[in-house]
Amino acid sequence: MDKTNAIISVKNLVKKYEDFTAVQGISFDVYQNEIFGLLGPNGAGKTTTLEIIETLREKTSGEITVDGYSVDKEASKIKRIIGVQLQAAGYYPNLNLVELMELFSGLYGVDIKPMEMLEKVNLQDKAKAKYKALSGGQKQRFSIATTLINSPKIIFLDEPTTGLDPQARRNLWDLIIDIRNNGTTVVLTTHYMDEAEQLCDRVAFVERGEIIALDTPDNLIDQLISSGFERKKEVKKANLEDVFINLTGKEWREDN
Amino acid sequence: MSKPYNHTKATLALAKASFRSIMRSPSAVVFTLAFPLVFILVFGFLGGGGVKVDLAIAPGSDLENPIIKALEEISVVHIIKDKDAADIKTGLEKGHIDALIDVQKNPSGKPAYLADIKYTSASIDKGNILKSVVHNLMYTLNTKDVMPTVAQLNESTVQGRIYRTIDFILPGQLGFSLLSTGVFGTAFVFFNLRQTLVIKRFFATPVRKSSIVFGEGIARIGFALLGAVFIILLGHFFFHFTLINGAITVLNMLLLSIIGLIVFMGFGFVVSGVAKSESTIPPISNIITLPQFLLSGTFFSIDAFPTWLQPISRALPLTYLNDAMRKVAFEGAGLWDVKHQILIMVIWGIGIYAVAVKVFKWE
Repeated sequence: MDKTNAIISVKNLVKKYEDFTAVQGISFDVYQNEIFGLLGPNGAGKTTTLEIIETLREKTSGEITVDGYSVDKEASKIKRIIGVQLQAAGYYPNLNLVELMELFSGLYGVDIKPMEMLEKVNLQDKAKAKYKALSGGQKQRFSIATTLINSPKIIFLDEPTTGLDPQARRNLWDLIIDIRNNGTTVVLTTHYMDEAEQLCDRVAFVERGEIIALDTPDNLIDQLISSGFERKKEVKKANLEDVFINLTGKEWREDN
Repeated sequence: MSKPYNHTKATLALAKASFRSIMRSPSAVVFTLAFPLVFILVFGFLGGGGVKVDLAIAPGSDLENPIIKALEEISVVHIIKDKDAADIKTGLEKGHIDALIDVQKNPSGKPAYLADIKYTSASIDKGNILKSVVHNLMYTLNTKDVMPTVAQLNESTVQGRIYRTIDFILPGQLGFSLLSTGVFGTAFVFFNLRQTLVIKRFFATPVRKSSIVFGEGIARIGFALLGAVFIILLGHFFFHFTLINGAITVLNMLLLSIIGLIVFMGFGFVVSGVAKSESTIPPISNIITLPQFLLSGTFFSIDAFPTWLQPISRALPLTYLNDAMRKVAFEGAGLWDVKHQILIMVIWGIGIYAVAVKVFKWE
């Protein structure tokens, strides 16, 4: 990977609220066309960091550029080249998926065919359904479809797989890898380390508003092993999730 | 990135989405259409009846005589036959029956008939009406063949426009429909869009805040105007609601509706900002809508209120919308003729939007 080609650059980002500091001096780069993971416990500052990059939140200090645009001066230009999936965001009530797609195409000022967008995330059968009536996995897939409407250079996914069953989770991984393979940079947050290990080219561990480690998953694991760490139990060649998937099948289900 | 971002397109996309959503929302349809329609139907059918005096005929009374015949011709008098003496007595005591008449042939020949009328203190007003009706009737009957010696009275009535109950009720109901859709609709929509992070997701697109407000406003105005046209046409064709200048009058009423709705939506923005949870929206909205519903001349003319209450009525924006609507519809006034009412609504608008800008919350 060409390391000089940073599409997002964050330098000394600080976000203070009245009573506490959510982000204290974070710096990192996201490279073009990688899947970058922000990992860490709840309240570590992952979502705040994402939302500042997405221009949804004001920062206290620091410098951020997204594809060469500064978040301070060119927020509207940044909005046109990014796609955003928010944690727990809802959609306009009483509309079906096709109508929501039409709404977003108007909001982004692009002409798209709603059905084609829904096909990308395998929701063409749900075209006339309301967002509320979708299952957890379908909701997340729909959210991701709305991030792709403006053919963005970067998409941000905030905990896209939280609360999904193993099949839905793996389907989403495939979808995210597809999106990356089509040339889009992906920035995501997650609580699941197996997910980060499988999906992410590089990960940053965020703890109390600071980055405490940033590297490829492989390098981070190697570093830990070279420091003498050993698992208490020898790892088998499969885990319980593999058993589950093997027993219940990997196909996309109607309800996930 | 090839072409510049189109804010109009974004606004219209929002308006379309919002309009679709409103049309599928049961509460919006109920408040804008069903509620006012029920009142219009009720008053539409009640209207035109006027005062009725219930006059019972005593059992054993002579029925084939000019007095009873003449009374039956009078529309104000409602003759009740076939009641026994006990029923009539309790009816009179309770005021269900306003008077009792007993007509007998005069055995001594002249005058031909003797009529006894008994009034009740339970219904003095209607008794007085009957009294003057009967006196008039007796005078006419007794002087049928007599030339007047002092002066002859000639009576006639100028043919005027008939002012029906619907002409008063419909503008009031239309105003109330605009008030509730403006306040409740706007408050719920913006509160919910904020709570469910729909607005936050919008902010991740290049759309402007003003587009969100305008898009929502266009949809709500469009919906309310559809409702207004429906109410006006229904009233006109089924209950003879007066539209002096036809289509022009309807157009003027719709323009007034837009002005009113914009003002009322300002209240909605304030409520959505002030409300702490979804369940506090209805009570806060009711504080705004109910007093106007009762005090703004929706059902009764403000002039009928006690004098201490009238200044309050005359401070409310719906009063002026109702007033302007009635002038336009019944008197054929143009918008310039109701500029005073419009001006007061505009002042309310400026005031309420000044508050809305302060208290409205986006997130």
